Order: sequence, then C-alpha cells, then structure tokens
Amino acid sequence: MPESSNMITMTQALNLAIDEAMAEDDGVFCLGEDVSDKQGGGVFKITAGLSEKYGEHRIRATPISETAIVGAAVGAALAGQRPICEIMLMNFVGVCMDQIVNHAAKLRFMSGGQTPCPMVLRTTTGVGVGFGGQHSDMLEAWFAHVAGIHVVTPSNAADARGLMRASIDANDPVIFIENILCYGLQSEDPGPGYRVPLGKAAIAKEGTDISLITYGRTVLDALEVAGELDKEGISVEVIDLRTIAPYDEETVLASVNKTGRAITLHEAVRPFGTGAEIAANIQEKCWDSLKAPVRRIGGTFSAVPFATHLEQAWIPQKADLIAQIKASVGKA
Amino acid sequence: MAKAPKKSAKATTKASSKNSTSDDFALSALQDAHVKAGAYDASDEEKMALYEQMLLIRRFEEKAGQLYGLGLIGGFCHLYIGQEAVAIGLQSALDNDRDSVITGYRDHGHMLAYGIDPNVIMAELTGRQAGISKGKGGSMHMFSTEHKFFGGHGIVGAQVSLGGGLALAHKYKEDGGLCLAYFGDGAANQGQVYETFNMAALWNLPIVFVVENNQYAMGTAVTRSSAETEFYRRGAAFRIPGMDVDGMDVLQVRGAAEIAFKHVREGNGPVLIECNTYRYRGHSMSDPAKYRSREEVQEKRDTQDPIEGMKKMLMDGGVSEADLKTLDKAIRARVAASADFAETSPEPEPSELYTDVLVEKY
Ligand SMILES: Cc1ncc(C[n+]2csc(CCOP(=O)(O)OP(=O)(O)O)c2C)c(N)n1
Ligand SMILES: [Mg+2]
Repeated sequence: MPESSNMITMTQALNLAIDEAMAEDDGVFCLGEDVSDKQGGGVFKITAGLSEKYGEHRIRATPISETAIVGAAVGAALAGQRPICEIMLMNFVGVCMDQIVNHAAKLRFMSGGQTPCPMVLRTTTGVGVGFGGQHSDMLEAWFAHVAGIHVVTPSNAADARGLMRASIDANDPVIFIENILCYGLQSEDPGPGYRVPLGKAAIAKEGTDISLITYGRTVLDALEVAGELDKEGISVEVIDLRTIAPYDEETVLASVNKTGRAITLHEAVRPFGTGAEIAANIQEKCWDSLKAPVRRIGGTFSAVPFATHLEQAWIPQKADLIAQIKASVGKA
Repeated sequence: MAKAPKKSAKATTKASSKNSTSDDFALSALQDAHVKAGAYDASDEEKMALYEQMLLIRRFEEKAGQLYGLGLIGGFCHLYIGQEAVAIGLQSALDNDRDSVITGYRDHGHMLAYGIDPNVIMAELTGRQAGISKGKGGSMHMFSTEHKFFGGHGIVGAQVSLGGGLALAHKYKEDGGLCLAYFGDGAANQGQVYETFNMAALWNLPIVFVVENNQYAMGTAVTRSSAETEFYRRGAAFRIPGMDVDGMDVLQVRGAAEIAFKHVREGNGPVLIECNTYRYRGHSMSDPAKYRSREEVQEKRDTQDPIEGMKKMLMDGGVSEADLKTLDKAIRARVAASADFAETSPEPEPSELYTDVLVEKY
C-alpha cells in the first residue's frame, strides 16, 4: 500500500489510466481472460473494480482463446473502437502471433492508410517468480522486429500511468509489456490526464563516462549499479527507453556522443536481442565518438529454469554489469 | 449455475437419439454402450489397487500444498485433489507398453498413476537435481519418456495438438498404441484443439481426447466461458463420438475407458470423453476463490468424493476400517519420505543452465 495518499503503485497507475480513458471515451473497452471483477479483476488486478463501474460489456471476460481475443481487438479497432486486450502472460502471444504480426501491424500499410488499428495489447512477464520455461520470457524483440507496432514498457508507476494513456490514445497498435516484479513499485501520482509520449526515452540518471541503455525492470538494476559506481568515480548515464520500438534514437545517440561509451542491458536473452540492434546503430552512427566497443548484457541463452537459484543465475547479474562497465571505461 | 441447464440438455440428447439417423447413432454409440455397460466390474483386488492409487495422489497433493505453504515450492503448483478418479480410471485401462499420455500443467496425478517414484516428482516440485526434469521444468513440466508420458505443458490447449502427433506416430509405426490426450474445460476453447480434432478424425488417428471438466478455468465457470458446456458433443462436427462420464466415480471412468480404448484400437479413429469432475482447491496455490462459494465446494466433497466413494464400496465388500487405516498410514509415510527427499536433495549445479539446450553443449 502506498505510504502517503499521493503515492501509487504501478498496478494502481495502470488501473487509473484505463479507468480514465474509459470514462472519457466510450469506444475504449477491455477484453481478456478473467478480467472481470467476478473473476478477481484480472490475475494481477489491473482491471479491478472496472467491470463494476463500467459493466461487463466494456470489461469483457473471454474464454481462453487468444487468437480470437486479439482478432476481436483488431477487428473492433478497424471499426473505430479502442480496444485494450490482455494476454495474461507474455508467452501466450505465441498462440495469437498471426493476429498481431500479419494483421494488427500491417493493415494500415496494406490498405494504403485506410485501416488504422488503434488497439493496445497489454501483457506481463518476468523472471524471478518461479514461473518456469513457458511463463517467463521477455519477447519484445519479436515485436520490435515488425514494422507497424509500438512496443512499450514502463519501469516505474508514474511512467506506467502516462505510457498507458498515450498508448490508448495512439492510432496504431501498441504492445504494452508489464513486468510482474514491478507491479508493487511506487511513484508520486502524476495525476489525471498525465501522458508520457510514445517514442520518448527518459534519462533516468545523468552521467558522463558511459551510457547504459535499458528499459523495464532492469532500469532498477541499472540505477542501483550507477549509484554504486558513482562512489568509485565512474559516472554512468542511465537511459530508460520506455518505448522499445521505435525507440528514441535521438536521445540515445546524443548520450553516447557525450559519453563515448555504451552498454545495453535487458532481461531478454542476449543473442538477437534489442540490445544488438541498438549497439549496431550506435556503432554506425557514433563511430567517431566511441572510445570502446559497445557492450551488451542480457539473460542466459536457455529457457528460463524452474529451480530458484538456477533462475536467479539466469537473470543478468549486477556483478557482471559492474564488471563490464569497468572494463569499458578501462578501470577493470 | 452450470448444473441446471446441463441436466436438461442431457435429457434432450437422449430423447432425440431415439429417432436419429444412423450417422447420429455412430456419434452416440459409445455413449450408449457406456450407459448400458455402466461401471467397470472390478475384482476386490482391483478395487483396492484403484483406491490405493487415488489415495496416493490425494496425500501427495496435500503434502505438496503444505510444502508450498512453507515456501519450499515456488511458482505455480496446480493440485489434482478431487479429480483423482479421472487419471486413475483412465490410465489403469492403458497398455503402458504401447500407449502414450500427454496433459497440461495439472500433471502430478497423471505421473503418480504410473507408479513413478513420488520422490522424483516431489523433488521436481522443489526444483532439485534429483527431480524428474532435473529441477529445470518444475511442477508444470514433468516428463517420463520411459513411461511414454510426454508432459506436463503450460500453454493451455497446446498439448492437444502434440497429442495428435503422438497418435500419428503410433499409427505411422503401427505399434498398436493409442494416445490419451487430456485437457481442461477452459482449454476446450482454444482453436488448436479443433484443428487437431479435424486432423485426427480425417487421418483416423488412435487418440482419446479427454476433457477434464472440473467446472472452472481459473476464475471462470464453464457457463461463463462456453457456448456449449456439454463438452463431449464438441467432436460431433468432426464425426468424433463423444462420451459423457461421471469423473467422480473411478469405476465409471474405467468402464468408459474400456469402451473407448477398444473402439480406438480397432482402428475406428478418435473418441472424445468428457469426465465431469471438480477441483477442490484453488486453481493454483494463489487463488482468491471469489468465483465460487465454500458451500459449493463442501457439497461436492461431502456427496461425490471419489476416494470416499471407493472406500465405502470396499467396506461394503468386507474390508475392515483398520486395514484401510493401515494403508493410509503407509501412504502418508511414503509421501512424507518423498517430502524429506525433496527438501534434502541437492539443488542443480549452475552449469545445468547450459545443458539440454541442444544435444551438444554450446
Ligand atoms: C494459452 C494460454 N492462455 C492462458 C493461460 C493461463 N491459464 C493457465 S491455466 C488456465 C485455466 C485453464 O483451465 P482448464 O483448461 O479448465 O484447466 P484446469 O486448470 O481447470 O485444470 C489459464 C487461463 C495459459 N497457461 N496458456
Ligand atoms: Mg477446468
């Protein structure tokens, strides 16, 4: 629970943003498994209280039919609604990938602009809760590889509120990724109507020696490490992308041009991850300012294991982050 | 509630099947045979064996629930309590030298039905090296290829398609086996289930589809999720005969299994069995349980419990209460030993992160 009345958790932030959008626009509605209050208001309570407030025709509990859920969201969006569909956990996007990749993402383009698809697909994931191989993956790179969708993920409650509002406003499909371990994080409530524009990164901490580019839960690790390294005289600039794709290239490149060094960090596995794209782009565009090769850190290249300490070892390690930053700035 | 419309719907089926065409008859023939044959005529020893197996699942699951409460098991843990008669009734009729089984994440009971050592199952739940998946899979992902048990799957409905593939392999290799593919009432609303029904019927595959209708999918009652709650009818569009079975009575389940397996083994293609059952515990270990009343659960336990039912039958047949107590004690001891084993055996080596990803290390 929040400490004071103007603090909110990420769970509350998302709920408030959806609530507010539903109140303002009758075309906004939610659909997903167990989202109604009769079933607990969603597994992670993001839609809690909303079916009681807006009725079950706007908070629609669905069968376990992801293809039909996303298909219905795309179809309703084509018809001018602003659906918010929930895929309970990110791995289940495997079931409905076609509706996202071949339909939501491409319809505007293939119709020569006639068919915008203003929908939000909310989903959640996270390593560290013992959910195992089929319930833990960060799959943002799958979507970032497809033109025609925004991929968004908040690292704190205030951004969650603002990014959700902006995602509902957007006239193109948004994949909105939440992290289970972040739901309890608290921020000062930015208040009603707050929006964080899509495609705009935040400098979570300023620094001069190296740019650490990350998003979602690992922003917390990045800030912790940056704080520790400050004491050792290494000044790390932490960039929270907030929108993973298309990402805020301007902010990233300006930071690297300033620091001359860069490292990417994400919970998703390292090979072919979003860090690889960002690193390649930096290498192409900041070559003259670079003092060291761009480094990348990501999760272990295996399925997420169940056993607790194996799972902990799977996650990108702070010690490794520290070691790599030191190696990059030449203080290893 | 689910109950009322269900009964009236059933009455309609029976009435209309009297003057139906021969095609319709084929779809209901197995059900008719099941109604006629009724419960499996088990010997006293068989009854005792079925009872013992169900009780082992019950006690194992109770212990798993305790270990979860103590924090020794993490993540998801879906208990099978209440549904024991389904796995035992069906799997006791299998030919384990030939047949294969696949199911979802609520899989502990299906493993125990094989007589697999409870130690290695419990050790998987606690994520230990000695676990049947070396601690890498966890509660939802357990396999025993030795027994032709192919998991243990977390993506709702996906195991049904894999079951189609197992059945295809039985047919391809002409090994005489069949595949038993379990899924839930919630999973029954996944599209891939119906793609598999069609393909299995089209190719005449040796597969028995089993809907374990425990009335709920997480917080969703079947009436809230399903336009047709008589799941055994859902194969009709694919010409798959359906059977509507009391999943709280192990001898009814076994009786249905005998009829279905014979039909499949004779080369007649797939069968769809709906086992009407009930889960007593929450969906997983964390479950707000806002979607049903305590009274509803208690009523089922009091009136339909599969283990109590068999116990009564055994006692009516002359088995003494003292003997049953002794058996229960022995089972409890076995389960307690598995918990000790699962708590004390070592965790996997960190190097296990890099094994079993591909055949070779990378
Ligand atoms: C594709 C997919 N969607 C959603 C889920 C989340 N989920 C896990 S179990 C479950 C309910 C399934 O209910 P049912 O099929 O009736 O099986 P039961 O749990 O009752 O045995 C849901 C929605 C999932 N694991 N996979
Ligand atoms: Mg169910």
